[in-house]
Amino acid sequence: MGTSEIDTPTGSGPPIRVVLAKLGLDGHDRGLKVVARMLRDAGMEVVYLGLRQTTGTIVTAVEQEDADVVGISMHNAGHLTLGPMIVRALVDADLEVPVVIGGVLPDVDLPELAAAGVAAVLGPGAPVDEVVATVRAAARGNGGR
Amino acid sequence: MTDETQACRTLSGIPVDPVYGDGPLPGEFPYTRGVHPDMYRSRLWTMRMFAGFGTAEDTNTRFRELLRSGGTGLSTAFDMPTLMGRDSDHAWALGEVGRAGVAIDTVDDMEDLFADIDLGGVSTSMTINGPAAILLAMYVVVAEHGGVVRSRLSGTLQNDILKEYQAQKEYLFPPRPSVRLVTDVIRFTTAEMPRWNPVSVSGYHIREAGSTAAQELAFTLANGFAYVEAAAAAGLDVDSFAPRLSFFFNSHVDFFEEIGKFRAARRIWARWMRDRYGARDERSLKLRFHTQTAGVSLTAQQPEINIARVALQALAGVLGGTQSLHTDSHDEALALPSEDAARIALRTQQIIAHETGVTNVADPLGGSSYVEWMTDEMERRAEDVFAHLEDLGDGSILEGVYAGIDSGWFMGEIAESAYRFEREVDTGDRIVVGVNAFTEGDRAGSADLLRIGQDTEDLQRKRLAEVKQARDDAAVRTALDRVVTDAADPTVNLMPALIGAVDNRVTGGEIVEALEGVFGTYTETAVV
Repeated sequence: MGTSEIDTPTGSGPPIRVVLAKLGLDGHDRGLKVVARMLRDAGMEVVYLGLRQTTGTIVTAVEQEDADVVGISMHNAGHLTLGPMIVRALVDADLEVPVVIGGVLPDVDLPELAAAGVAAVLGPGAPVDEVVATVRAAARGNGGR
Repeated sequence: MTDETQACRTLSGIPVDPVYGDGPLPGEFPYTRGVHPDMYRSRLWTMRMFAGFGTAEDTNTRFRELLRSGGTGLSTAFDMPTLMGRDSDHAWALGEVGRAGVAIDTVDDMEDLFADIDLGGVSTSMTINGPAAILLAMYVVVAEHGGVVRSRLSGTLQNDILKEYQAQKEYLFPPRPSVRLVTDVIRFTTAEMPRWNPVSVSGYHIREAGSTAAQELAFTLANGFAYVEAAAAAGLDVDSFAPRLSFFFNSHVDFFEEIGKFRAARRIWARWMRDRYGARDERSLKLRFHTQTAGVSLTAQQPEINIARVALQALAGVLGGTQSLHTDSHDEALALPSEDAARIALRTQQIIAHETGVTNVADPLGGSSYVEWMTDEMERRAEDVFAHLEDLGDGSILEGVYAGIDSGWFMGEIAESAYRFEREVDTGDRIVVGVNAFTEGDRAGSADLLRIGQDTEDLQRKRLAEVKQARDDAAVRTALDRVVTDAADPTVNLMPALIGAVDNRVTGGEIVEALEGVFGTYTETAVV
């Protein structure tokens, strides 16, 4: 896409910066890599941390990269433990950065994740428009950063 | 098995021959049409359903249920910490214990996993790679404690580390010491476990990570050649181990492409083993494979329609001549398979085996212009990849594979194909029923999903603490010292040290950490 379509948190200014990571031991990174390219094609800046990240490495990256959104991919059924954990870790570090989780997540878990402060969830087969719109909405909800 | 009359007549009573067409026939070099002359008439494929979740007891219950329902082999799914060589009490294991497979920390867990199952009578597949040698050691110890000697054990260890660097990413150590572990297992089973398949060279994960069918075929067979070269370099005669190498492929939705892929795989393997690696034993030339339907093709939308996808993919595997088959459960895009969904998946295989009549004739599609063309095309594309890898490795496929891993070549190729597929779905050039077309009818909710809670993790940590409490610490230290000493000498086979360690209740995680001290660790350079 051309530079005229570059995405920014507020509609003007620098592009949205997204940190993408796999949290935990799960190595299924096909989805995260595809999302990385979708977001990059949509004009966002992607910081791809990749596999085997911990809450600590993600928080550090968010801080150093001044990220607007954190995208976590999970296919290990550990999202009810690890999802709230990364949200808490960001809050504890005084980083008000929304967390979007993508992966194999049953619908019944969504209320619990929302209550824990997860901004949005993207399921298997989410089309590019939905992925981009969700990350953009999360970034814009991230008040005035 | 079906009786004589049923096997030889159609539903309407028309008698049919075991095979049609001119040679080379099934069972004849280069085995394009199958490895046995009359294929499923003499022996059906093994219905091997992959299962594992929660604690060892939970999975043991599922195993016994699958055997009662007519499953004929076991296949074990381990949880992420076990696959990554970490104990359940390790900080990295948090949230993942028992969630996507069964948690195995010590030989005590392995004992519970196979409780009340006759290990001399069942064949067991274990899907594990980085710590494969350790889990094999545990299996041997459990069997021998139960009075079944290792030479009677039948089964398959996945133990295919190369595709981990390319696709699945469950590696522990750098590639070269990891391949040494693979060859140690090959040497050990060749000498002591004649009924065991020491490596299941796997394209499944390469495909799930996004590759095309031709890439799956090419990368998998290249990895197979790499293991042959590595074992030969370790001093083994090719015909001593090659008959026990097995393969594992994905069966995706493009029906004839898949069938062409399976047929090409057999032909390529036979030719390369004979002409390039000098195999003389006919069994070394026959590529035997397990098939699993494509998990990645399952949709979270209208999940019940996955039953139809799985049936078609399973049929492609059977028409392609598979030796064993796992059919995915329709709810797997949402969670681990529920018991009901796993039963429907197994019943799907039984319908193909006992109702459709496709088992009556070997390679019933052989001679079809399209199928034969597709088989040739798959072979041609694979040969292009082998030529590239030989180039990278100065004539050695093993070195070419190492080079392709180091440079991120495999990962880049796979990521590119995965992205192209997503773009095609996004633009509507490719229809996925229920996702970008025919979307009405999706029922919200996920009623009967199998859920593993945090309590499993707490329970497993408690059990591990109890085992550690009860064991002989001096024996643990001695056993770990031997693992380190043997690891440092590449001419020593590590298997005896590993068997000694697990028998003394050293945990998988402790062994992996000790080995990391010798072998080092591995971090990939991500290619996006």
